[in-house]
Amino acid sequence: MRIELDFAAVLSQWPLLAKGAALTLVLTAISAVLGLLLGVACAWARTRGPAWLKWLAASYVELVRNTPFIVQLYFVFFGLPALGVKLTPDLASVIAMVVNLGAYSSEIVRAGIEATPRGQIEAAQSLALTNRQVFTRVVLPPALAKVWPATVSQIIIVMLGSAVCGQISTEELSYAANLIQSRNFRAFEAYIVATAIYLLMAIAVRRALNWAGPRWLFGGRPTGGRHG
Amino acid sequence: MVDFSLWDILRNLLLAARWTVLLSLVAFVGGGVVGLALLVLREAGGVRGRGNLAARAVAVYVELFQGTPLLMQLFLAYFGLALLGLPISAWSAAAVALTLYASAYLTEIWHGCVRAVPRGQWEAGQSLALSFGEQMRHVILPQAVRIAIAPTVGFLVQVIKGTALASVIGFIELTKAGTMIANATFQPMLVYGCVALMYFVLCFPVSLWARMLERKLHAAH
Repeated sequence: MRIELDFAAVLSQWPLLAKGAALTLVLTAISAVLGLLLGVACAWARTRGPAWLKWLAASYVELVRNTPFIVQLYFVFFGLPALGVKLTPDLASVIAMVVNLGAYSSEIVRAGIEATPRGQIEAAQSLALTNRQVFTRVVLPPALAKVWPATVSQIIIVMLGSAVCGQISTEELSYAANLIQSRNFRAFEAYIVATAIYLLMAIAVRRALNWAGPRWLFGGRPTGGRHG
Repeated sequence: MVDFSLWDILRNLLLAARWTVLLSLVAFVGGGVVGLALLVLREAGGVRGRGNLAARAVAVYVELFQGTPLLMQLFLAYFGLALLGLPISAWSAAAVALTLYASAYLTEIWHGCVRAVPRGQWEAGQSLALSFGEQMRHVILPQAVRIAIAPTVGFLVQVIKGTALASVIGFIELTKAGTMIANATFQPMLVYGCVALMYFVLCFPVSLWARMLERKLHAAH
């Protein structure tokens, strides 16, 4: 038996792959920013918020963490129009990704917040900082720095998970691979190439975020569990 | 047109959920067996320091599975099996892909647990002239297993959720059944809500169990 692989037939379609990869990165970037904001808000709600908000945030987090992303995506894209909310595939993808990342990152950020030494909060309070200042200036920055590597991993998981968004015809990387194989019947080669691009993107995004985090987000604080 | 009552929807989803459970179990158990073999390969290379080639190969294997989408792995298994001339079915492709996926994650989790056992334990075993296998069996694994139980149970949730992607290659489990019923009933909101609820009912107790195990472990220290 001979297996013949023809990668040239796939690689010649590189503009499609490039466009798909670009959309995957854009979707990831948007959801990373919004998802992290949602995550921080939920982490605040679960550690400092009133009881009803705590309960609401906890339900949201558990509901999302215990259901598959693809079902969340289908619910948003196919289910929400029943309520009169008509969504484009791109918008539905972003919403599902933000909701998903928000739940996971809130757990990560919460772990960082809970690791803040009590004395630091008391010191801030004794300087007459308001509750909001204590949270945004004293508790949050070192907490985020501490959990940054875990957050980066989660962003990458969401990026890889976004391959499913092709199923609702979002024209991201896996959609491009699917389109190419439907044209030239080189399915295995098309998916190998797309998978390799995903792998490279995962490595590149991890490097970039690990580099950017301490420089731009936490004012030179070292990331990871080494301090605090 | 056939009318679907809520009970019809639930009943059909429940029937399909059996396949989600079965696929999860196959992938989890299969992944555990392969993952354990990879773990032994990796630690044997790491401890004796002979080249570390095996250890590095396992690390690359893990990186490949953790750095690529599970959906792509499923497609590659589906079309890869066909390329090898094996009969393709959505079931076999999903079982193969999810088993390999689970093996990569489990071997990485367990690798961390073995690493968490202090080096001195290995050295103590060596000084008693235990072989690598004996050190592993009598000294390291009993301690590593204690640390490993909670994250391993936690990973089962990942596997259950991962099986939902098998719907994309046409395996009729909970999600695929949901899609089919949603198309037949024109009630996507209700159907996908029920699907999500069923995954929640499957996964949430496992999550709680993992969390309880983790607390117990920390309490023991």
